[in-house]
Amino acid sequence: MTDMLTRTSALIAAEGVARPHLGSTESYLHRLCAAAVRALPASGAAVTVMTVDGARGLAIASDPTSQLLADLQVTLGEGPGIDAYALRRPVLESRLNESATARWPNFAPAAVDVGALAAFAFPLQVGGARLGVLDLHRTEAGSLSPVALKQALTFAEVAVLTLLDGQWAIDGGSGPPEVEQAMADQSELYQAQGMVKVQLGVSLREAMSRLRGHAYANDQGLANVAHEVVSRRLRLDRDAQ
Amino acid sequence: MSTVSADRLAKVFVEVADTLVDDFDLIEFLHLVTSRTAELVETADAGLLLADHRGQLQFMAASTEEARLLELFQVQIHEGACQDAFRSGTLVLNADLTTANDRWPLFAPRAVAAGYRSVHAFPLRLRSEVIGALNLFGSGHGQLDPADAQIIQALADVSTIGILQERSIHRGEVLTEQLQCALNSRVVIEQAKGVIAQLHEVSVAEAFDLLRAYARRTRQRLVDVAAAVVADSGTMIDVTASAPSTDGHRRN
Repeated sequence: MTDMLTRTSALIAAEGVARPHLGSTESYLHRLCAAAVRALPASGAAVTVMTVDGARGLAIASDPTSQLLADLQVTLGEGPGIDAYALRRPVLESRLNESATARWPNFAPAAVDVGALAAFAFPLQVGGARLGVLDLHRTEAGSLSPVALKQALTFAEVAVLTLLDGQWAIDGGSGPPEVEQAMADQSELYQAQGMVKVQLGVSLREAMSRLRGHAYANDQGLANVAHEVVSRRLRLDRDAQ
Repeated sequence: MSTVSADRLAKVFVEVADTLVDDFDLIEFLHLVTSRTAELVETADAGLLLADHRGQLQFMAASTEEARLLELFQVQIHEGACQDAFRSGTLVLNADLTTANDRWPLFAPRAVAAGYRSVHAFPLRLRSEVIGALNLFGSGHGQLDPADAQIIQALADVSTIGILQERSIHRGEVLTEQLQCALNSRVVIEQAKGVIAQLHEVSVAEAFDLLRAYARRTRQRLVDVAAAVVADSGTMIDVTASAPSTDGHRRN
């Protein structure tokens, strides 16, 4: 099950660090975009990161056109990435020059003007916690194959892990990430996120970080920590070190 | 000859066929499918799993807490009737759990310990693709009537239609869009259960009942209420507010 994740993180690791001045997370996401363009039939990729208060942060893009497309969506307030974020699901538009004008009257013609004829957006999210969007575009119209879609979803998954757990990215994304080991008890993990959100009065995203932080600090598996929280044997507000 | 009366069957299908309405609630619908599937057969529980983009099955709905735990166990160990139906695309029928230790060394003993004696699994199919499976656990000795098996496969097929929200899938993209949406909806609901369990000092199973009753009372989709419950901003939704629901079913 981790094959796809491991292979994808290896693809990202194989990309050289083109912008060493960027912070570690930004640098890793930049390499992720470059690797996505290389591995997928895509002309460009951009990750738009939401700030903790839910505002749209800067986009990290593989190329100037992808940067422009990401910025356009913010300016126009419409586009596949905006919809993917709002709908909490991928938004896949294989023909920007035909069917998409009704959907995005301003974005579609502007995207076609800069040469994007297909656009695919994937939300970066864990349930109700929305971290950002991965936008892909192509200079020719047409769908992504099922295999390419799975690959794109895995890039999105790695982007989520990177945003939740910067250390994993800094370590080169090698080895199964903690979230993967927690898969066994994932319902409990999600329930624990909700419980910690209330215990600490923080955002869901922050609750996820606290759970991971507690697991690291105490050298425990994330699934184990989640189980303790759901069983009410551990409260992060009281028992946190 | 089916053991289910035509009248009862008609009611079930009218109920589950109502999937193309505007405010269609997928998670509630999948819970309905598992409940009705369980009720069609005497002494049975049902659960439903969907596959994510990496082919890993994920829990979506179950008729009882016991069935939910058993589905989660199958997901963990990558073994069981649901896994087999999903991998092979064919149905698993009348598997005797008491003699299935060779086939399922981990799953069979756990299922027996939970009080079940037989298991059936029906693939959720979309043409050549299998997107998940519907599981039926029986606590009695009886075999599933072939006609009943066909009815349950039909319920599985209706579930697929409900998940896809389109009668004819002309674009492969729609499958990905809808499946990813469904899988994430389930995560939002688990997170909301955690919030409610902590806020009101109830179990996560009770939290789900509160969430579901609130969604029904306020005529909202389960996932929309769950998303509002876990939202970082805005007013906190009190799912215990106003008259308590009379719905006593326990499903999560």
